[in-house]
Amino acid sequence: MSEMTAKQVLFEPIFSNNPIGLQILGICSALAVTTSMNVTIVMCLSVIAVTAFSNLAVSLVRTQIPGSIRIIVQMTIIASLVIVVDQILKAYAYEISKQLSVFVGLIITNCIVMGRAEGFAMKNGPWLSFLDGVGNGMGYSIMLLFVAFFRELLGAGSLFGVTLLTPVNEGGWYITNGLLLLPPSAFFIIGLAIWGLRAWMPEQVEEEDFKMSRHTHKEAF
Amino acid sequence: MAKPKETVSRTLFVALVLSIVFSVVVSTAAVVLRPAQIKNQNLDIKTNILAAAGMLSNGASADEIESVFSQFDVRLVDLDTGDYVEPSFVDVNDPMKYDMYKAASDPEMSTKIPSSEDKAGIKRRPNIAKVYTLSENGEMKRVVLPIHGYGLWSTLYGFVSLEGDLNTIEGLGFYAHAETPGLGGEVDNPRWKSQWVGKELYGEDKTEPQIRLMKGGVSANAADKEHKVDALSGATLTSRGVEHLVNYWMGDRGYAPFLKKLREGEA
Repeated sequence: MSEMTAKQVLFEPIFSNNPIGLQILGICSALAVTTSMNVTIVMCLSVIAVTAFSNLAVSLVRTQIPGSIRIIVQMTIIASLVIVVDQILKAYAYEISKQLSVFVGLIITNCIVMGRAEGFAMKNGPWLSFLDGVGNGMGYSIMLLFVAFFRELLGAGSLFGVTLLTPVNEGGWYITNGLLLLPPSAFFIIGLAIWGLRAWMPEQVEEEDFKMSRHTHKEAF
Repeated sequence: MAKPKETVSRTLFVALVLSIVFSVVVSTAAVVLRPAQIKNQNLDIKTNILAAAGMLSNGASADEIESVFSQFDVRLVDLDTGDYVEPSFVDVNDPMKYDMYKAASDPEMSTKIPSSEDKAGIKRRPNIAKVYTLSENGEMKRVVLPIHGYGLWSTLYGFVSLEGDLNTIEGLGFYAHAETPGLGGEVDNPRWKSQWVGKELYGEDKTEPQIRLMKGGVSANAADKEHKVDALSGATLTSRGVEHLVNYWMGDRGYAPFLKKLREGEA
């Protein structure tokens, strides 16, 4: 992927090279922070900011980083950015930062951030790296919003905290699906999303690791 | 890969510069944003107190919350004797700054609860509690008391608000917990919380709290229905935790001595 245009770098990760859908990275937080749309959006913005700026920073100093400590250098940069994001959320979006709790801090260990720093920013210029960070952050976000949409709507009967289907508990008719509020449900939704994505873009389907050889009749005689 | 950047001194140099640069970035962010964060935390506590007392209007702004909250007197209480203590007793100048949950982990400022008495599952209890009182023309109108205890997965932190008779519950709410969403997490459900309004803590003798969470709901003609609240469906352990923690905090080891003095006008 030597000659990529800015447009490709920015938009490829959204569907054709989605970090969750194709690369299967960042699943952990996709399970944890997708119970409501509001929380998910803040998480997505945080991840976009961190991947973009960590890619930018890593790319800026990439010629200076000694190979022997490059991973820890990337970690330092990412961790610092995550702490800054966390502090900003605590100061300006306190309610949501309380709900995100530990998961903002865990952006540090989000494979997407580190994967892009090591896989893209170490080899490309600052501008392209920045766009790559934004693109991958958006790819992650699209998938998270997709998951959160179904989890909040069917699990709590609301979207963005606004009740659409009045649950039985509050005197309405909608029997909420409690499973969708629990983390495992995100697996199902992500699985269905990946299925849909691969049905739409069959080139994403991996080749089988091995093929069964045909059964022959010349046995045991 | 140019050779010179792989030397040991070069590696150390890069590591050092990087550490310095990013420690400055991180500490600047922490220091600059600190005041806004503290303000948020205080506002959050005040919001929760007002919510428990039913004094929080929908979409109230920060200023409105501050001004409503300013009607409250924040006082510190010695839980064993039930007397008010001065803030200087716990080395603070403003009672708002005292953190009773931090004190609970300090051996000097808390008491170990014998396991036979530890209904709320909190292991240590602070000696001094922070209470919020609201009086009008010298008459006690409302007392908001912090309560906490163990549910199924987590410690629930909340407030209970009492009317001026110091017996009738005016509201109860938890602001921090990690119970199962949809099951134990329904402690946050407004409909469930609204049942607490008007329930009475104590029986005739005014000493032992009588709150019970009942499976299957409380029918209109149930005996002692003034003490009974419908349990959360599918959340036996959370419900039991709530029942225990309310009874613990309103009992002898909790606020009962304070409420008794307050009732007799002595505190």
